[in-house]
Amino acid sequence: MLEIKNLHAKVEDKDILKGINLKVKAGEVHAIMGPNGSGKSTLSSVIAGKEEYEVTKGEILLNDEDLDDLAPEVRAHKGIFMSFQYPIEIPGVTVTNFIKTAINETRKAKGLEELPAKDMLKKIRATAELLEIDRKFLSRSLNEGFSGGEKKRNEIFQMAMLEPKLAILDETDSGLDIDALKVVANGVNKFKSKDNAVILITHYQRLLDYIVPDFVHVLHDGKIVKSGGKELAMELEAKGYDWLK
Amino acid sequence: MDLKEKLITSFLAFENNVSTDTETDLHEIRSKAFSFFEQNGFPTKKDEEWKYTSLKSLLNHNYNIFPDAENVIQLADVKKYFLHEIESYKLVFIDGVYSSFLSETTHDGSDICLLSTVLKRPKYKMVIDHYFNTIASKSNSITALNTAFSKEGAYVHIPKNTVLQKPIQIMHFSTGKEAEVMLQPRNLIIVGENSHVQIVERHQSLTENVVLTNSVTEIFAGKRAIVDYYKIQNDQKTASLIDNTYVRQQQQSIASVNTFSFGGNFTRNNLEFYQEGEHITSNLNGITIIGDKQLVDNHTLVNHKFPNCESHELYKGIYADRSTGVFNGKVIVEKEAQKTNAFQQNNNILIDDGASVNAKPQLEIFADDVKCSHGCTIGQLDENALFYMRSRGIPKKEANALLLYAFANDALQKIKIPDLKTKITKLIASKLGVTLGFEI
Repeated sequence: MLEIKNLHAKVEDKDILKGINLKVKAGEVHAIMGPNGSGKSTLSSVIAGKEEYEVTKGEILLNDEDLDDLAPEVRAHKGIFMSFQYPIEIPGVTVTNFIKTAINETRKAKGLEELPAKDMLKKIRATAELLEIDRKFLSRSLNEGFSGGEKKRNEIFQMAMLEPKLAILDETDSGLDIDALKVVANGVNKFKSKDNAVILITHYQRLLDYIVPDFVHVLHDGKIVKSGGKELAMELEAKGYDWLK
Repeated sequence: MDLKEKLITSFLAFENNVSTDTETDLHEIRSKAFSFFEQNGFPTKKDEEWKYTSLKSLLNHNYNIFPDAENVIQLADVKKYFLHEIESYKLVFIDGVYSSFLSETTHDGSDICLLSTVLKRPKYKMVIDHYFNTIASKSNSITALNTAFSKEGAYVHIPKNTVLQKPIQIMHFSTGKEAEVMLQPRNLIIVGENSHVQIVERHQSLTENVVLTNSVTEIFAGKRAIVDYYKIQNDQKTASLIDNTYVRQQQQSIASVNTFSFGGNFTRNNLEFYQEGEHITSNLNGITIIGDKQLVDNHTLVNHKFPNCESHELYKGIYADRSTGVFNGKVIVEKEAQKTNAFQQNNNILIDDGASVNAKPQLEIFADDVKCSHGCTIGQLDENALFYMRSRGIPKKEANALLLYAFANDALQKIKIPDLKTKITKLIASKLGVTLGFEI
């Protein structure tokens, strides 16, 4: 599904990614771990198409199609979703209106009709229930005044609504207490299928107790320095990152 | 002959022709106002209040200043400018002349009719003595010019303890029968104790001929009265408007003026609130969305004279292309006005490099126990917010529009007439060039 080949990227003349290689197949869950400043968030932003980041070398292929030069919204239409580490507050646009617009714009891009209001509502309700989201929450302004946990839950809500092929969850566990973490993990596990893939970007092993990865990669100084199975995460938890440098 | 000279030579003829109740001081009021204009002329950029806005380009026309002929327009042609889904009173003027055909007036308890009647008939002497030209500025030559030529406009007098069930629409149309026309409507609104009224005012040109409107409105809110006033400024690119609105409030009244400036060539709003009692609330809201070379200048004044009053001011502006915005918000808190809460907020977004905004908050506070704040921002759309929305599949243009909607939204929420809110929302959508799948 996703293939990253020798990816180099910089922001404001600072090289951050220095040759990433990664293959993610449908049905897989990959965890990317690493210390602060290793390039984890840059990697997810580059895949999502953030314009401040410049790809200087290498390529990102989604189902064999080069994503280079594609606008963020076009990548979203092709099935990429990134959950933000720090979701943006947008006063004046409700959660419901935002997700409606996002879904219908995506459908429009695919040449589909807008989702009938009734179906939309049904889907919103079912998804909200799965993630234990209060209905009142849906008519609030997007992320405005949300707690850290509410913001993350709202990101997973959007993911579940948009049904992407590839979901990149950037530090989704940060700011969550254990109960919220379980709810979010449950949402991700329900979403997971043989047809889609998940990349978890995380600093800690904690999330991986609830969403079990097939592969774990360690990012250091813009490169993947070690890859392995889920046991690698345990090892990192015990030993820290220093032994890999 | 320049415009000032033309106005001077026309005044005598005007005074001779206009029919006035001789028992009132109207003749003197007009003459005094005219002398003031004659001495001071049109303001120039040297005038502090006109530093950022030049009238020059507007004065360079050969305006017809007495478009007296009764012109007829068909309702079907202008229906779209009204709130037509709901019942309302209507005061409609065509090229400055009252149109009985398009209007719906009343004298049943409330007077919702013409100012010319009030100026002519002896029975309204009290109204002239107590209200007419009592709060309109005597030291503003543009307002004085309107006073000198005041003749027609809306007259609304709501007695006490009356909640008006239908809003009032005041429409000033210009037909373009003359190549260039100057209109000077004069509105007088008096709202009695405990009474509620909602008013929508609009100036609309029906062709692309040049129009300059110099409008003056005086609004009196009695004790505990609630007045909601909405100004829709979405005129042709050849139409210019100088709107002078003066509000005087008695104790515990709530008066709100909401100004939506989306169109026109040149729009200057002078909006002044005078509080004459305790526990008064004054609300001033504005949304400006313009492009091309349009100019919108909002000059506001809130004068707090008594203790325990509030004012809430929120002006939002979105400027594209080479458009210009001016915001000058003056708040005076006099020495006696302790426990005043005065809040002012002015936020602007510049979409293009050629657009500019001059913003000047002016707080003059002479009382020591008050809560006053002001905030002013001029910026661009938040890039991170745009990326966030785009990453969820919302294309750039729609994401931009959605953010601009969101930006204007809190000022939009102040609209209390649902149909008007829908209308303004649609106007904003068309200004931003998008259709969104929902209404905010």
